[in-house]
Amino acid sequence: MSSPEPAVHHHGPPQSFIRKYIFSLDHKVIGKQYYGLALIAVLAGLILSWLMRIHLGWQAAAIPLLGKLSPTGAPGNVMTPDYYLSLMTMHATLMIFFVLTTAPFAAFGNYLLPIQVGAEDMAFPRFNMMSFWVTFVAFVVLILSFFVGDGPPLAGWTSYAPLSSVGGVAGPGQGTGQTLWAVSIAIFCIGQLLGSLNFITTTLDLRTKGMSLARMPLSTWGWFVTSVIALLAFAALLPACVLLILDRTAGTSFFSSAGLVVNDQVLPHSGGSPLLWQHLFWFFGHPEVYIAILPGFGIISTVLPAFARKRILSSRAVIGCMVSIGFLSYMVWGHHMFVSGMNPFSAVLFSLPTLIITIPATIMVLLWLGTLYGARMRYTASALFSVGFISVFITGGLSGFFLAQPSLDTYLHATYFVVAHFHFVMALAAMFGIFAGTYFWFPKMFGRMMNETLGKWHFWLTFIGVYCVFMPMHYLGLAGNVRRYAAFTDNYLAPLIPLHRFISISAFFVGAAQLIFFFNLFWSRFWGAKATDNPWEATTLEWSTTSPPPFDNFGGRHLVVYHGPEEYGVDSDTLEYVMQTAPEQIKTT
Amino acid sequence: MGKLFGVVLAIITVVSAGFIVAHVWWMPVDISTIGPRIDRQLDETMLATGVLFLSSQLILAAFAWKFGDDKERKIKYFPGGGGPLIVFAIILVGMEILVLSFVGSKVWASIYMTPPEQGSLQVDVAAEQFAFNFRYPGPDGKFGTVHPERVRDGNGNFFGLDPENDVDARDDVIVGTLTVPLGQPVALTMHSKDMIHSFYVPELRIQQDIVPGLTIPLHFTATKVGKFEIVCTQLCGLGHYSMRSFLEVLPQDQFDQWLKSQSGD
Repeated sequence: MSSPEPAVHHHGPPQSFIRKYIFSLDHKVIGKQYYGLALIAVLAGLILSWLMRIHLGWQAAAIPLLGKLSPTGAPGNVMTPDYYLSLMTMHATLMIFFVLTTAPFAAFGNYLLPIQVGAEDMAFPRFNMMSFWVTFVAFVVLILSFFVGDGPPLAGWTSYAPLSSVGGVAGPGQGTGQTLWAVSIAIFCIGQLLGSLNFITTTLDLRTKGMSLARMPLSTWGWFVTSVIALLAFAALLPACVLLILDRTAGTSFFSSAGLVVNDQVLPHSGGSPLLWQHLFWFFGHPEVYIAILPGFGIISTVLPAFARKRILSSRAVIGCMVSIGFLSYMVWGHHMFVSGMNPFSAVLFSLPTLIITIPATIMVLLWLGTLYGARMRYTASALFSVGFISVFITGGLSGFFLAQPSLDTYLHATYFVVAHFHFVMALAAMFGIFAGTYFWFPKMFGRMMNETLGKWHFWLTFIGVYCVFMPMHYLGLAGNVRRYAAFTDNYLAPLIPLHRFISISAFFVGAAQLIFFFNLFWSRFWGAKATDNPWEATTLEWSTTSPPPFDNFGGRHLVVYHGPEEYGVDSDTLEYVMQTAPEQIKTT
Repeated sequence: MGKLFGVVLAIITVVSAGFIVAHVWWMPVDISTIGPRIDRQLDETMLATGVLFLSSQLILAAFAWKFGDDKERKIKYFPGGGGPLIVFAIILVGMEILVLSFVGSKVWASIYMTPPEQGSLQVDVAAEQFAFNFRYPGPDGKFGTVHPERVRDGNGNFFGLDPENDVDARDDVIVGTLTVPLGQPVALTMHSKDMIHSFYVPELRIQQDIVPGLTIPLHFTATKVGKFEIVCTQLCGLGHYSMRSFLEVLPQDQFDQWLKSQSGD
């Protein structure tokens, strides 16, 4: 499959500032743009989570300046219940779409995938540029909903119909804000479709000489499998959002059933199905979880061997696991709907593949553990986040065993147990993957090293902190604490409030620890120590070029690949590791 | 640094599991006939995942402790390579899946895939932003017909009944609390007027979404007398957190008296 001729260079180096830094066709600039967008979104999402945690711990707390942001949402700086739901909706939407999709997949994938396969750029640089700017427009539209009349939407990131589909009668935030949400997500889908097409084509067509599929780094495999999932998933969400927009603006009834009565008025809808939205949404929504986490699998499987100084136990098995998880992710969306009112028999059918997914996931964890065995692990900040990734992924994966069983989901569904589960397995694991990747590739991207001491402090505070925040949420869920509540007024929830306060205080600390990361990022960008071309003694192609790489990635050289991506700890003639581009033979021991 | 990671992770693991083992925060008392089976299923899953949690996290901690950057030591590969680990994972997790889903499906089927017993108490449930209303058929044993356009919250016509023209509707009992007799099967038929709501009583161990446009059945038998909270678990709008009602379980004779007193006025 790999092209015998090196990739044709599609465009020359740009001259003007705008073409160089703003409307750039260079995949490296676009990758950094995605990373920057994710940074802004994650900061916003983090602040929103702080506000939510303040409210959940102390309902009457006045939050300075909040009344300025939304006079109706926080009169006298005290948050209303509906504004809490709005912040929750925006937190999830920002984090899932604009952080967990853009950072691990679009940002790192854009920057590194072409370099790791030895290409000079993506297959379609113009599509690539459009992909980012379309995503940027989606972000602006979403942020606009904070400032429209009745405030941001409150239907959650899942936006279940008919709450999301009938318009302003459903309550505050369900007018213009909800429409902007649907428009934003529809635009976002277009951006990701363009991006994933590019990833797939680049991987299949632009690999340099000798770069067979089996020699691709596992990080590239992660982005490749993710892009296939993304192509199919966003292709389902896009029409769903279009139908939702039509329901809201053109008077159609795709998702609204007949006979809805709000404020004693019968709404003029008929023939729609609220469950149709759920099927379409989760047909996208479950694969989306893997869009967030699969790049993490790839990043960890690439970073871990580089610091362990040995091969991963079986890279073929890791590839097989990623592909099978991607495949299975399309058969399990119904496990979000066990108690939704769909046919209870289908719950049994959706349960089985959900449980089966734990097999490839377990295999991957065992392979990572087996890689650590007998290693000479260099515990840098990046390596710490890699082993931290394994820990949070194990914790998050195991709670999935409960939720995959309909007979337990009937008790645990929509409780904090679910919140704990998806934060560990998707949010935290993906974030740890992003951090591991950032500390690892920052020297390549910016030509400077990040500060290791700050990086380690960042790790310790984050690792201990996230367990303090999210582990107790399992206990809350087991006690039946319902999620998406703005206050805990039920008698049986009152004894749980002290635990909520503990979580809130922990969350303030974890959030503050992220400021260390932000500081490190910006300080190192300008004043960090100069990075060499290969500071980690790693083997993949990005370490065979300068830090940062020149415009065409390899300075006109056409690389030839001779080895697999992780020849560490080998008895070669000169070094204990062998670059993919090194022509020398490896002695087998 | 690896040693520190091993210690920190071991502490986190033991403390996390300790709170579960000690049941510091745990499920409330169970009050339904299917409760013990769900609880047993949860206990078995907890045991299986607990063993996996402790062993895998502690192995990770031990490897981090032991295999740091020690230049003296030669790099070792896992004995036997990846193959045995893969087989081990498939057999171990595969067995667990088969057992859990076989037992779990039977519990699930007994709640959701079997019809309610003959002679169950019929109760009609209407959910709306942000309240539950309950309707008993009254002495005639028949529910009046529902007309959405007649629904008026102001005059208490939550179900949209037409008592003037509909004989069946005249004696329907409409209340805000779900009162049921001890030990007698109850069959709910649930409707929603506006948004998706959900019926959740943690003590019953049952949760079920109520979707507008659908008639959703749910049945249970209460085994303990008392008053328990019914809460909404599906985001339904600004007052979602405050949407609740009560389930009151009474001995049969007190229940009969209660129902009679409700039909009287």
